[in-house]
Amino acid sequence: MRRYLARRLLLLVPVLAGVSIIIFMVLHLSPGDPVDIMLGSQATAEDRARLRTQLGLDQPLPVQYVRWVGHVVRGDLGRSLWMKRAVLDEVLGRFKATLLLTGTALLLSTVAGLALGVASATRPHSLLDRTSAVASLVGASMPSFWLGIVLMVVFALWLGWLPASGMYAPYGGGGLRDLLAHLVLPAVTLAAASVTIVARLTRAAMLEVLGQDYIRTARAKGVIESAVVLRHGLKNALIPIVTVIGVQAGYLLGGAVLTETVFAWPGVGTLMVQGILARDFPLVQGCVLVVALSFVLINLAVDLLYASLDPRIRYE
Amino acid sequence: MSVRAAEVPGAAALERVEGAVARALGRTARRNRLAVLAAVTLVAVAALAVGAPWLPLLDPDAVDTVKRLRPPLTDGHALGTDEFGRDLLARLLWGARVSLVAGFVTAAAAMVIGVAVGLVGGFYSGWVEHLVMRLTDIMMAFPYIVLAIAIVAGIGPGLRNAMIAIAIVGFPLYARLVRGVVLSLREREFVEAARALGARDGVILRRHVLPHLVSPLLVAFSLDVGAKILATAGLSFLGLGTQPPTADWGSMLATGRQFVILSPHVVLLPGLAIFVVVLALNIVGDALRDLLDPRQRLR
Repeated sequence: MRRYLARRLLLLVPVLAGVSIIIFMVLHLSPGDPVDIMLGSQATAEDRARLRTQLGLDQPLPVQYVRWVGHVVRGDLGRSLWMKRAVLDEVLGRFKATLLLTGTALLLSTVAGLALGVASATRPHSLLDRTSAVASLVGASMPSFWLGIVLMVVFALWLGWLPASGMYAPYGGGGLRDLLAHLVLPAVTLAAASVTIVARLTRAAMLEVLGQDYIRTARAKGVIESAVVLRHGLKNALIPIVTVIGVQAGYLLGGAVLTETVFAWPGVGTLMVQGILARDFPLVQGCVLVVALSFVLINLAVDLLYASLDPRIRYE
Repeated sequence: MSVRAAEVPGAAALERVEGAVARALGRTARRNRLAVLAAVTLVAVAALAVGAPWLPLLDPDAVDTVKRLRPPLTDGHALGTDEFGRDLLARLLWGARVSLVAGFVTAAAAMVIGVAVGLVGGFYSGWVEHLVMRLTDIMMAFPYIVLAIAIVAGIGPGLRNAMIAIAIVGFPLYARLVRGVVLSLREREFVEAARALGARDGVILRRHVLPHLVSPLLVAFSLDVGAKILATAGLSFLGLGTQPPTADWGSMLATGRQFVILSPHVVLLPGLAIFVVVLALNIVGDALRDLLDPRQRLR
């Protein structure tokens, strides 16, 4: 296991290098000049030249890249042009909110998806199974931001059961109850499509496993049905399920951008969109970097999880 | 069955092949009425979108501040008006042009890039393969919508740029698919035979490899168009895609949001339009997969 871990960590290096190059290139080849944005149109040519030298923008691109990576490695993501604050502080502050939203949605889609999938697999072609099949089609076709708006209108504006947006109530808010109440609608919106995907895949994997001979053996020797399904069935069906849950974790992290915008959730996604509209490149760069990094780490975690679920994988 | 028919020379054979194809289609249609309904819906929406300039519609950009936010079926506006008093039916149909074209063009562009990359990455071993496949790995190390947003941040908001971003982000999916198929074909006897006969790489790729890719690509493409429509609508929703006054379904949703309490139709209608079209595309895609690749069929 240790050797496998070392090899996987080593493989991260080229991926991270590539990710950083892409992020750097995308935002440095852009037509807009950050100096213009910072100084405005009134600035003199000398002012621009001075600022350009100060920021190192007069250096060739590879030099700028190396310098930028050097700063990033030391935790310095630069200063936001718009908020005049260190990007890292701002992004990390917002990232907690994104992590809370994504994590809750992942928990929701895993638990609900597994339950729904196992139930469908044990009773194929039942009403529940058919409903879940239709739901998965609907889930894949519905724009999440639209679902969010509809849920907000129904549960916040018409029924008044839940708060419509934000993370805490502006007056008299705070505390866990308030946070949870604000979390429900965005988390459900974000998780909706994933639940159906996890459920369908769990169903397929379970049906495959439940058709195996050892399941018949277990039943024949009188193991109670719930133990057959869960201990003998689900445990062996887990590998593809873990894969899809890992994929979903990444998808949720990306989808959070849209959900956060709908519900004004103060996460990295809303920050990134605000940054783009303000043409604040260091801020956008920081947001993308943090999200991509967590995505890479999630994929690593999924790979390691496989290796512990199925020892054969380590030796390939 | 079509193979056996093709061995018989002449027109009879062609008829038999056509008959077999028609029978297969008929079987699928009977088994899958839903897919037929979905296909009809798609054709209808596409026809309405294409025909929008000739249909008796109101001007989609004509502002009438007196008749703001009218509900459907009032004042000669079948679907009501938006916050500037613009006719929603006209905007929906003109918006359909933008959204459908965006979905098809981005998916097609992603497919073309992906096929090229996948062919090269699968057919040539060595450093080319490594370079190409590592590049797709790195692209896939981003959540796709976040990478698309980053690219738009770099090249600037707007529909064309949003489409470029989504096409770039979409190609690794096709590259992976194509490479998988090519890898399995590369060592097959008929490819070796062609090579032994002195066929050049280009000829082998075109004549012996590409035909095997048609049906998996068709299935992937039909399912991908819907995803691309959702992605462009998403970027427009964030204000990074279509810019006003042009409307696509995503930007209509975004601007309508502020008026959702009193005039829910402004938001419900474009969302419903996206939903119906993407749902129809997904149903047709699933049916195509069942037809072309029975092994993939879900139990």
